[in-house]
Amino acid sequence: MPTTFTLNGKSVTVQADENSPLLWAIRDELNLKGTKFGCGKAACGACTLHVNGKAVRSCSYALKFAAGKEITTIEGLSSGDELHPVQQAWMEEIVPQCGYCQPGFIMATAAMLETIPNPTDEDIDNNIVNVCRCATYYRMRKAIHRAAEIKSQTT
Amino acid sequence: MSEAKKEKQGFSRRKFLVRAGIGVGLLVGTTYCLPIRRKIAETINTAESPYLGSTDEPQIWFEVKPDNSILFHCPKVEMGQGTFTGLAQIAADELEVGIEQIQVVHAATSTGNIDQFSTGGSTSINSLWMPLRELAATMRVMLINAAAAQLGLEASSLSALNGVVSGGGKSITFGEIVQAVSEWEVPDTPPLKDVKEYKYVGKPTPRVDLRDKVLGAPIFGMDASLPDMLYGSVVRPSGIDTKMVSVDVSEAEGMPGVVKIVQEDDFVGVVANSYVEAEAAKQKIKVVWEAAKKWDTFNIEEAILVGKGNSTEIQKEGNAKKLLAEGEEGLIVSEYFSPIGAHAQMEPNGAVAYVEEDKATIIMSTQVVAITRKEVANRLGFKNEQVIIQPTFLGGGFGRRLHTPNAMQAALMSRAVGKPVKSFFNRKEEFQNDTFRPPTHNVLKARLTTDGRIEAISHDISSGDVMFGSPLLPGILQKLIGADLGAWRGGMIQYHGIPNYRAVSWRVKLPFATSWWRSLGLLANTFAIESFMDELAEKAGKDPISFRLDHLTETKADVRLAKVIQRAAEAASYRNTPADGRAMGFACSTDVNTPCAHVAEVSITDGKIKVHKVTCVMDPGLVVNPDQVRAQCEGSIIMGLSAVLYEKMEVEDGALYPVLYGAYQIALMKDAPKEIDVILLENDDVPGGVGEPPMGPIGAAIANAVYRLTGERVRRMPFSAK
Repeated sequence: MPTTFTLNGKSVTVQADENSPLLWAIRDELNLKGTKFGCGKAACGACTLHVNGKAVRSCSYALKFAAGKEITTIEGLSSGDELHPVQQAWMEEIVPQCGYCQPGFIMATAAMLETIPNPTDEDIDNNIVNVCRCATYYRMRKAIHRAAEIKSQTT
Repeated sequence: MSEAKKEKQGFSRRKFLVRAGIGVGLLVGTTYCLPIRRKIAETINTAESPYLGSTDEPQIWFEVKPDNSILFHCPKVEMGQGTFTGLAQIAADELEVGIEQIQVVHAATSTGNIDQFSTGGSTSINSLWMPLRELAATMRVMLINAAAAQLGLEASSLSALNGVVSGGGKSITFGEIVQAVSEWEVPDTPPLKDVKEYKYVGKPTPRVDLRDKVLGAPIFGMDASLPDMLYGSVVRPSGIDTKMVSVDVSEAEGMPGVVKIVQEDDFVGVVANSYVEAEAAKQKIKVVWEAAKKWDTFNIEEAILVGKGNSTEIQKEGNAKKLLAEGEEGLIVSEYFSPIGAHAQMEPNGAVAYVEEDKATIIMSTQVVAITRKEVANRLGFKNEQVIIQPTFLGGGFGRRLHTPNAMQAALMSRAVGKPVKSFFNRKEEFQNDTFRPPTHNVLKARLTTDGRIEAISHDISSGDVMFGSPLLPGILQKLIGADLGAWRGGMIQYHGIPNYRAVSWRVKLPFATSWWRSLGLLANTFAIESFMDELAEKAGKDPISFRLDHLTETKADVRLAKVIQRAAEAASYRNTPADGRAMGFACSTDVNTPCAHVAEVSITDGKIKVHKVTCVMDPGLVVNPDQVRAQCEGSIIMGLSAVLYEKMEVEDGALYPVLYGAYQIALMKDAPKEIDVILLENDDVPGGVGEPPMGPIGAAIANAVYRLTGERVRRMPFSAK
């Protein structure tokens, strides 16, 4: 059964098995590669995207649950040429190393800032629980605080 | 000029390739190569890392495009270490172009400029420091000379800046110059600029791949696709030391989306229309595996003990062996252990392969482009030239992508279906089929003099293979080298003021693949030696900092190490006694000519070790990009912390576990120190390695702090504190 949802502001319909993970529909059918495969068991967060504004690990989220919802991936996070505050902060702090896990972290952070606009270190520790093997956490923490600052200035 | 001098100076004219092409402008390349054996021998002898380039021709390094942009076909792969940025800085400075004009891409086998050896070992910047500068400088002079001819001016009256040659009131871009030249004159290698004149080298230039990585651009092997592509999945064993004895594919054949089951002598895989279908069908392939023995962690820990394997003496000064054998009295003996470690890089191993009648194309993350090509070519019965390897950005390397048989498997599946096939490991397969960091056992012995100096010390290092058994090291070289220098990396005694010292490497064959893991033996060996140094300092009644300094000499290496030790102690205000529930631990090491010292500030709550701050002082010599060197320090510190505090693979009932993140605990945001203070010294005029050296001391620094809080020595990774 085809599944229809809104992806980065546009309505899309995919034919894949409705019980298969949303991740693969996005990567392989809709050809948006920014959402990554890391573990397939919701344990690493590389596949994090937004479903109705909330961070979801799409490798373990069945396609059928996406029906009718607003899905945002890293490709749809910024509006036009203007980068999202989290991406701006990531650029300022030069966070990425290999970069593979970064979209997942950026999406998790963007979602967190919607509910916790000015996170403490403890908020960050409790909410940002993805895995980065290059261990860029030190710069990420700085970037998250910076993103909160940029966001508060622009909204 | 003598022949010897000519060779030293760099590129010979004969080998300097220049080619004008429509829509391209100018291709410049060269071979820069010594015979590979001589280079390896040279590497081992000097600890310098010569560039092991290809001897194939042509080798395209640079393309100058009509729009004045420059494509740099980089022979080293980018896996997070920032090598694209550092090399672009070096090239920009000698070419006299803005760094934004340079687009760095991975050299593919089709442009020839691939590294014959590997990307790894913290050698990329060091090995290319001279060749790349010479090549870029030569190219700049060629462009200026051509501009002189076109503008009707003397070359000496012209200069290049930001990709524009100007003088005498006229100017012309590199892109314009190359349009009008078909015959190029290649000059002798010009003198290189003084490093002080460089605009980019030495400055914290932002990464050239920063924006792509923040936007989530499709730059990784996992993101590659080809038209009409199918998905392949290979059945991989859960158990270790197993052989495939029978395969039943009958049920899998009828699964949805299955295109073909591919059976080869050494593997079975399924090709299907989607990843999900390929994975589901694979679960229905029934393979019977036969294990020679059901191994468990106890067997492995027994096997790895010092004395069990074959030994090679790797370091000897004075008469340590005899002095340490003279009775138990006054003999100080300590032992340390490290477990099996997983790479757990975020991007699974995989490849997109398309095998046509007379050629094969492979797109993938690999650290060994030339070896991957050779393996694929051999298996397909193709010549090397028929196999195109297009390397991509790596979603982490850490040594895991030095072994790439998965390319060959994807190629065979593609050939079987006549279409491109993408195939990659699932996470369980990654954990159970890793080329693991080998477990180690270290035994240290010493005797002190009555005035509290080390009279004799010995270090026995027992480890599974790292370098031995790797396709990177031909068997003949194993004999030449004697002991596995990957396993003993960091295991030599670095305090050359001790009159008698000795190190012995014990080689243990394990029933599963062990190999290169970031910093190789450095992390575990330094944990052992530097914990022991703290023990000895205490027994000698000395301060651990001055005790270390007392055992260093006036040689260049020792002086550089002494400087990082002193600076780290000062910067951290190192103290031996805990305050407010926090203690400091100190450790240092020298790796690939880069000395590094860490002070870790640690507390323990409910048995949980927490690292609050790390002060890192490192002397990598000339620093090309201070920001990225810092990034490597921060990453190495946290990744090393992760390995020593949390990570451990267990062998249970003949298989390796765990098979997932979480169960295989890796440092998360909450575990990372909130303060990392990196101080860079530059007491050498060439760039040394930076990707691994800062991992060395972190384990011992934390362990030494834990001791100050608990009074108990930490002897095993992962650490526990009671």
